[in-house]
Amino acid sequence: MIDRLRYYLPTLAVFVGGIVLWEGAVRALEIQRFLLPPPSDIAAALVTNRDLLMAAGLTTLIEAVGGFAIGLTGGLVVAFATSRFALARGALMPFAIAANAIPIIAFAPIANAWFGVTSPVSKMMIVAMLVFFPVMINTVRGLTSADAASLELMRSYAASEREVLTRVRIPNALPYFFTAIKVGATLSLIGAIVGEYFGGATVALGRIIVESASFLRFAQAWSAIIVAAALGIGFYLIIIGIERVAMPWHASMRGQT
Amino acid sequence: MSGTNSVVAIRDLGKTFGNEGSQTVALSGINLTIQPGEFVSLIGPSGCGKSTLLRIIGDLTGPTTGTVEVNGKPAARARTDRDYGMVFQAPVLFDWRTIEANVALPLEIIDMPRARRVQRIAEMLSLVELSDFARHHPWQLSGGMQQRAAIARALAFEPRLLLMDEPFGALDEMTRERMNTELLRIWEQTGTTIVFVTHSIPEAVFLSSRVVVMSARPGRITKVIEVGLPRPRSDETRELEPYFELITEVRESLKAGGHGSDAGTIADEPLEALQ
Repeated sequence: MIDRLRYYLPTLAVFVGGIVLWEGAVRALEIQRFLLPPPSDIAAALVTNRDLLMAAGLTTLIEAVGGFAIGLTGGLVVAFATSRFALARGALMPFAIAANAIPIIAFAPIANAWFGVTSPVSKMMIVAMLVFFPVMINTVRGLTSADAASLELMRSYAASEREVLTRVRIPNALPYFFTAIKVGATLSLIGAIVGEYFGGATVALGRIIVESASFLRFAQAWSAIIVAAALGIGFYLIIIGIERVAMPWHASMRGQT
Repeated sequence: MSGTNSVVAIRDLGKTFGNEGSQTVALSGINLTIQPGEFVSLIGPSGCGKSTLLRIIGDLTGPTTGTVEVNGKPAARARTDRDYGMVFQAPVLFDWRTIEANVALPLEIIDMPRARRVQRIAEMLSLVELSDFARHHPWQLSGGMQQRAAIARALAFEPRLLLMDEPFGALDEMTRERMNTELLRIWEQTGTTIVFVTHSIPEAVFLSSRVVVMSARPGRITKVIEVGLPRPRSDETRELEPYFELITEVRESLKAGGHGSDAGTIADEPLEALQ
């Protein structure tokens, strides 16, 4: 306990120091409040708008998590299907990699038009597209990159395709998969909020940020950003927690208990 | 010449890599019969096809010409019957499994009931003296211990034949000698037939009942040397006069094969990569 405290102490010090510096700088340099509100103003806005922010955060979170689930499922299904067939993989992978390289977020207004600007489905679809490609590409890589010696070992046991899949390919794919969904977790909130920038239900973090900023209520905009940040970090931490349970053997987890 | 009881019977075997444009003859005119309980080493310069020959016996790759029988059956059938265990140069242990779970892998694949499996794993780990490390993960073990775990795994379903492809090649000299002594103890305890690929002359002489000397381009058997050193062999064996004489004999045979020089070894590397 003491050790852990000692371990996190520098981080905590930097955080508190940063807040104090920010507050002090805004006051001392008399920075215009609408350019950069001091932390105390943002905290006050968080308290005043807590009901609105909670409701908006929930809307955005549902869009992000819903879209994440759709993209994840789709990515896994396509990855498992194509990893079985080299021909399909060869035909699809170049497109998937190309699609992963384009800024899918640019499609946000189009998705709003396709699936209804006020419907959460349009935001979920943007998120799903953002999450789909990294999950699919990484999972295919993980499933197909088992080393030759492992596969020969399984061949020497006359193991079936299914046994090779469950005992070698899937465990081998786990690190690739978790890398993808950690990226996906962050992308899902970006997707949902940017989707909201282009219109949608009013009680949503993206809408609050856009509207507060246009009415120069910057402390309020910042308070919504803080909520979005907290959701993003929370989502990421949950995935790291799952990762630790799923693959305690992995090199990145060693020495941690 | 192959008795019906032979564990391995190879007749007129040849193996060619590549397509019509550029062909490499890896093995040519190989005839070899191995009897139950023998310890046979395949030794030769890199590129002589010794690993390829071992992999053909294990049906991990097929011959171009000729036949291989294991336990009186075609090699492919012997593989699906799980007649042999294989140990590679790298231990090939799965990081996500503990040592005992790694040893359990082949037993899970043959659907051995859990109770028997647990007992069998305990026996195997005690055989290779890793009982205290059952719950460790592979990365927590030294290279020699990892290779012992791989041996325990290969022996787990009591195969009549153990195929070993330079299993101690990555270990330092001291560890290698200790592993050699241990392997002989395990071999004597289990009565398994072993085919052992190595490029170390002392290792081949110390371990084997017969040393099969091969040469490169094309890979073929140039000499088979009987090793009559008394058993059980120990560190004292390494100081016996006949031991040194046999080492000299194997070395001379390798030289006579014509491709034992260092230059040849380096030139043959690309072929090894093909295997």
